[in-house]
Amino acid sequence: MTEFISLIAAKYNYWLYVILMMIGLYAMIAKNNLIKKLVGMNIFQTAIILFYVSIGFKHDATIPIIQGDHGGHGAAAAAIKAADYINPLPHVLMLTAIVVSVATFGVAMALCVKIYQRYQTLEEDELRMRLSENKS
Amino acid sequence: MNNYPAIVVIAPLLGALFAGITAWVEDRFTYPIALTALGIACAAAVADLCIVLTHGPIQYKMAGWAPPMGIEYRIDALNAMVLVLVTAIAFLNLVASFRNVQQETPDRTGAFYVMYLLFVVGLTGVVSTGDLFNLYVLIEITSLSSYTMIALGDKDRGALASLNYVFIGVIGASFYLLGVGYIYIKTGTLNMAEVATMMPALKESSAILVAFILCILGVFIKMALFPVHVWLPNAYSYAPVGFARIVAPLMTKVMVYAMVRLMITVFGLDYIFNTLDLAEGVVWMATIAILAGGVMALSQKNLKKMLTYIIVCEIGYMVGGAWLGNTLGLTGAILHIVNDALMTFALFLCVGNMVYRLGRVDISDLSGLFGKMPWTMAGFVLAAFSIVGVPPTCGFFSKWYLILGAFEAGAYHFAGALLISSLICAVLFFKVFEVCFFEPMSEGHGHGHAAVTMEEAPVSSLAVLAVVSVSLIVVGVYSGTIVDTVILPFLK
Repeated sequence: MTEFISLIAAKYNYWLYVILMMIGLYAMIAKNNLIKKLVGMNIFQTAIILFYVSIGFKHDATIPIIQGDHGGHGAAAAAIKAADYINPLPHVLMLTAIVVSVATFGVAMALCVKIYQRYQTLEEDELRMRLSENKS
Repeated sequence: MNNYPAIVVIAPLLGALFAGITAWVEDRFTYPIALTALGIACAAAVADLCIVLTHGPIQYKMAGWAPPMGIEYRIDALNAMVLVLVTAIAFLNLVASFRNVQQETPDRTGAFYVMYLLFVVGLTGVVSTGDLFNLYVLIEITSLSSYTMIALGDKDRGALASLNYVFIGVIGASFYLLGVGYIYIKTGTLNMAEVATMMPALKESSAILVAFILCILGVFIKMALFPVHVWLPNAYSYAPVGFARIVAPLMTKVMVYAMVRLMITVFGLDYIFNTLDLAEGVVWMATIAILAGGVMALSQKNLKKMLTYIIVCEIGYMVGGAWLGNTLGLTGAILHIVNDALMTFALFLCVGNMVYRLGRVDISDLSGLFGKMPWTMAGFVLAAFSIVGVPPTCGFFSKWYLILGAFEAGAYHFAGALLISSLICAVLFFKVFEVCFFEPMSEGHGHGHAAVTMEEAPVSSLAVLAVVSVSLIVVGVYSGTIVDTVILPFLK
């Protein structure tokens, strides 16, 4: 049991992102309101962003701005140890991913507006009813 | 160093920028800009192919940044071929769809061409990139532009179909992104070629297994393999016809390309077929996809819907072929990317012509169409024969390779599904031909036929249809050459 708890505690960032992701996925599948589904979609994407950000972290490391070299205090001061800095690459990737998710969210909101203008509702079951009425 | 690999992607991107600016002033000017941009992209893609075939693969460093830091475009024989296919179909469709766009979205032509160009940017980018994260971004560019375009279509259902596509598309892309994250944790790089060099040492890693499953699952969702195909039929049949003509042949095929690229270049066939034990299950999935796609196509009353279910069925061909685990199957799958793109394009060109004249394409509306639109129907018959797999059209040859591959791998169920789906397609198309061939039962029946008035589609559209129809046979006849010069050297 303690082993199990320590396993969860050691990798808590992964557990957290999986839980968040599943909350988002649940909302996307189970919710009836389209806006709630959109919120679920956003949670889903944010969970992945969180995952990426957390993998760049290192213990006892600082932000990746190079310190120590102020115009030649010798080679020793200029030596850069990668272990002293967190990995910036996943964070940079996530800037792009955030842009993508914002764009997706924007398009999806615009689609919701279009659907609302046409049907005056955003509830999925009502939409389905209206569609089957149209057919007959 | 030549810049063709960049030009293929950047020409439509700049075109979209200029077209977007001019659309503020005057919608009319966007069409020539789009045409020029795609013409340049197509020429550059052809130049790429020529260089690759004579000098071997091109490694293009974007903005001069060397691979581990910068993004690399790597063009080999497979890329170059798919690039030519994508740009050529995009260009030809633009020529053919001018009238359709004017008819369907008269007040949005500027926006239509801008999004069309961005869609092509995404597709060409997905095909040329050698970077895993860049692939994700470009897949999303492709998807975002198609969401907006689908919403431009059918007034009642376009937006709803598009929103469903958004939800499922986001799940697919996110799974892929997650998989890339795991690859990055284990390898510390995003460059495909570099990941491939580290793969042999990571065979036993469970993180890589998760990464592989997530990436492939994401791509499966994006290409609409059977159980996750639900977004495709609605999205493609309610899209404006000028866009359906390009998204139907290209989007799914480019995602199949991405799968083949991940399998061959990133994870390596050795890892997939010798270390993992998934291939047989995926071939079974593909078999079910083929049969389910065929059966669902049989129950459709609308021609567009029917064709979209045939796409679902064809996806099964390519996925199954790629996962058979032998050279013949992979050859068939890659050849089928080209052939299926051409066949589907030809079919949707015909559907576009019918929509232009008739307004709707329920199968019962099509009666007497052989008299009314003989040229369109001639093209339709040829493309249908190609889907069914009648030699010497190109559909026959890729199916032949797939069946040979299935026998070699001992996957008799897959070979059986291929044959059954040919039969189903034959039934489907002859059902359509039957309706199209006979005149409607009119009041004056028995008093002799009134002269049938020919109401053909615009000449530009027919000319493109003629070009594509000829290419169906030419690609079929020269499929041996394509396999020998492009596909086999790539698979070695």
